[in-house]
Amino acid sequence: MTRAKPEDDEYWNSSKFKAFTFDDEDDEFSQLKESKRAVNSILVDDDDEDEEDVERVSWSGEPVGSISWSVKETASSIRSGSEQSFPKIDTTPSLSKQGSGYSLSSLFKGNLHDLSPEETVRRMQKGRAFSLEKFCSLQDKLLLLDEAVAVYDGNVITAVLIFLKKSLSKEILFRELMARDVALRHYVHYLKEMGEQKLVVELLKALGRTEDMALMHYKEHLNIKDESRRRDFLKSCLSLPFSQDDATHVQDHYTLLERQIIIEASDKKAVAEIFKKFPRKASILNMPIITTLYYSCFYHYGESEGTFSSPSNIRKTFRISEKQYILTALGARAKLKSWFDVDSLFNTKNWLGYTKKRSPIGFHRVVDILHKNSAPVQVLQEYVNLIDDPDLKLSGALKYKCHDIVINTYRDLKDRQQLIVYREKLERDSPEYRKIQELLNNVQIRWKN
Amino acid sequence: MAHTEWRDAPELPDFSLLKRLARDQLIFLLEQLPGKKDLFIDADLMSPLDRIANVTILKQHEVDKLYKVELKPIVSSSDQLCFLIRPRIQTVKWISDLVNADKVAGRFRRYKIIFTPQKFYACETVLEEQGVYGDVTTDEWNFYILPLDDDILSLELPEFFRDNFLEGDQRWVTTAGSALHLLQSVYGSFSKVYGIGRCAKMVYESWRELMEEGEQRTRQPEFAKVFLVDRDVDFVTPLCSQVVYEGLVDDLFRIKCGTVELGPDVTSSDKSIKVMLNSQDKVFSEIRNEHFSNVFGFLSQKAKNLQTAYDKRRGMDIQQMKAFVSDELKGLKQEHRLLSLHIGASESMMKKKTKQDFQELLKTEHSLLEGFEIRECITYIEEHINRQVSMIDSLRLLCLLSITENGLLSKDYRSLKAQYLQSYGIKHLLTFANLRQLGLLEEQQAGETLTVMESKVGKLVNDKTVGKLTDAFSSLAKKSNFRALSKRLALVPKSGEEYDLRVPRDMAYVFSGAYIPLSCKLIEQVLERDGWTGLEEVTRMLNGQEFAVTGGSSSSEARNKTDAQRIVLVMFLGGCTFSEISALRFLGKERGCRFVVVTTAITNSARLLEALLDNHA
Repeated sequence: MTRAKPEDDEYWNSSKFKAFTFDDEDDEFSQLKESKRAVNSILVDDDDEDEEDVERVSWSGEPVGSISWSVKETASSIRSGSEQSFPKIDTTPSLSKQGSGYSLSSLFKGNLHDLSPEETVRRMQKGRAFSLEKFCSLQDKLLLLDEAVAVYDGNVITAVLIFLKKSLSKEILFRELMARDVALRHYVHYLKEMGEQKLVVELLKALGRTEDMALMHYKEHLNIKDESRRRDFLKSCLSLPFSQDDATHVQDHYTLLERQIIIEASDKKAVAEIFKKFPRKASILNMPIITTLYYSCFYHYGESEGTFSSPSNIRKTFRISEKQYILTALGARAKLKSWFDVDSLFNTKNWLGYTKKRSPIGFHRVVDILHKNSAPVQVLQEYVNLIDDPDLKLSGALKYKCHDIVINTYRDLKDRQQLIVYREKLERDSPEYRKIQELLNNVQIRWKN
Repeated sequence: MAHTEWRDAPELPDFSLLKRLARDQLIFLLEQLPGKKDLFIDADLMSPLDRIANVTILKQHEVDKLYKVELKPIVSSSDQLCFLIRPRIQTVKWISDLVNADKVAGRFRRYKIIFTPQKFYACETVLEEQGVYGDVTTDEWNFYILPLDDDILSLELPEFFRDNFLEGDQRWVTTAGSALHLLQSVYGSFSKVYGIGRCAKMVYESWRELMEEGEQRTRQPEFAKVFLVDRDVDFVTPLCSQVVYEGLVDDLFRIKCGTVELGPDVTSSDKSIKVMLNSQDKVFSEIRNEHFSNVFGFLSQKAKNLQTAYDKRRGMDIQQMKAFVSDELKGLKQEHRLLSLHIGASESMMKKKTKQDFQELLKTEHSLLEGFEIRECITYIEEHINRQVSMIDSLRLLCLLSITENGLLSKDYRSLKAQYLQSYGIKHLLTFANLRQLGLLEEQQAGETLTVMESKVGKLVNDKTVGKLTDAFSSLAKKSNFRALSKRLALVPKSGEEYDLRVPRDMAYVFSGAYIPLSCKLIEQVLERDGWTGLEEVTRMLNGQEFAVTGGSSSSEARNKTDAQRIVLVMFLGGCTFSEISALRFLGKERGCRFVVVTTAITNSARLLEALLDNHA
């Protein structure tokens, strides 16, 4: 962008050496220290730890003297140092300085009137003085913009757009941007960076890009910290022209926060046993739906569907799939070691009145989750037994030491060798050990090996 | 296990020269503000700056205290403040506020902003609008390229990706052009330039302009060829889990500016250690390109050798011992240290990766790449989302599914999106909008509906707008065509074939033999054909924008004789992964050439997707 000025060359010739001598010295110094270290270490053992000196050579573990190290030092000295009070107000005017040769002020009052759009853009690219003053007619302004786009220079495109923003009415600028996609995207990005979201929303609306406009508007909620104001803002979003799908999600967002505010208000002062036993670590505000469901399964399990905080209400309100519900409830109840609740999650009665366990998620996943919550072997064993896939079942049984299942599986596979191998892993004369012994002595079984 | 180097692998140019140039220019700029001054540095410039200068150098040029830019009120008693920053509006606004606060307080100071790698008019406008133009002087530090290693040059501009591909802001195009121009003026001109992608074309044009202006140097070129590639030509590769050692280290511990911080669990001490990872590290340089499954064995063999070497000193006399100490001991200790760190890192990788059901994850990725058992993959992704495990991994799998399948069926898209929002927060609506715009995660459009709509709209509006609308529609309909590309370029080896990862037979080894990175395959094909001839179908599926240009300055008799003719510069616009670098190193060894990677930043799946999140203000 900028060209080397004549004084640059002078500098390159003169200062080269100064810059390097210091480093070389540094190297020699550390080399010296190193050899010293090496000699000293003859006497020490093989596995001793060398100090920083050696490290300094090959590890850039923020060596003393590095930039990041030094910045940290400044930071800590600030903290320990005395806090400065508010500065005194003084009324003497500050000295004004003149701008550099290619100042931006020349954007509007330059003296380079007779340059074509091409030449002007070229000068802007080079960072040389230019003037946009004479680009008064709409046609000239657009020629300038199109020229900037034609040379692919985003920096210049934005500069021209800033000029157009100041010298054209919104309506006209928006209209012209409609047919100029590249310029439009630069403009939107510039406005976003300047924090002019409202103008972006207006622009998108004018362009008929209603969904983008709705999303842009919705994004503003992230800037609102106060939860009631955020909830109200989300409510105001409900009428925006989202796509059908997104409209549902935004509605959910509003409902969720509304519920969370209610739950939070009451749970903050809750006295129930569960809150004492497991004090809440954080507020539930602004958590995802599933986290809220987990929370509700943890603290409000068994509440009737009528209450906002009950799992069944949340499940229904947010159309949570059975699979997702079971996973979340399982996690929460297992965490509390309520194995009874865990059982009832999977129990179904068939038409004869027998209870049978059924799950929308693979039982191997169930076992995983139970194990992560340190379920006892009896509980694990029951669920390992329910795993459909024989390979998964066996690996689960081996992993969680469900001996009976392992033994029965090998027996069913008629795998004598594996049984012998497994026997060796067991304690002698334990019931499992004896069980294998009996099986191996059973002459009725036709082993495959 | 380390591949044998190609017998006459060409020597790479000395890129440390670039550091010296950058350092000299910085010193020059600091001298422009004589006297003591405090220096405020943008957080993301600190590591790059560390690589080219140190505090001593700064202090020599009268820098008093150093601060990190935190966009908060400052505590500085200096009369001169210097700001070393990226050209960002937010930072300039912060500086304007400081200046105005000083004015109100009647405090007189001198201010200087050094923008790097260049300044933008938009930033200067902020100074003007805030009424501090003239109070603050500005300058440019053209620190375009940081050499991260012998063969990796980085622009250290991670925002390039989002700015260019998502926002459609071309502010960095000239920066990339200038970087190439810098390389050319220091190392000589190139004989041939290939490229693919919209941005690549613009960068080439911008660079060509600079070439035409500058005086032509007639020196022996140190590169033969340049290949420019846009990140959005290949999104599949950066979305895959990395399994080559360096890539895996990056995925797990995040390599920052060539340095990784290993926590106490790796160092088995109570402190973290920052380690430089480059070719200077003898242990690392042997394992960086290896598939992870080979690394453990290699490290333990190394450890055994090391023990033997240490053992040598038993029974030595004084003279021998002296020789041992001066010749070998230092090297051994160094190696010892490196070895124990890499072993620690590998161990911790193993632990983390088994915990996350890494095998299952890889299996799903491979199925997606192969287009096999897609229903099972969807179920797996769904469960991944339901369990609320890693938000980024869930997104990554969704994107991989969408790209490899040319978009999701409407029913799947809606259901997965709804579940994702339930698990990770509804605000991710915004993230989904971004991903859709980039074509990373899309709902399949029925082809017919599109044409019908197009012709209907066409009748209603004038010609100019029709053109625009058609563009908009075709970008909507822009397909990744991954499956067809994969078949055409044989990216996915036939399943069921044994793949010996210890003896890689092609670049697919970087993904366990399951997939050859599309980006690297394109480079291989174009270099082989010396252009795009014969790849017409491929480029059509990649939405065109390919080019191949022969430079005027190449002296034909020198061709194929000098080393330079076998060095290829590959510039990734929007970031490049370590897996791609490993694949190119492999390709180089196979073909007896060497690749130098120039990238706007090192990326991986997490960085790529994090750049597209919109979940905070």
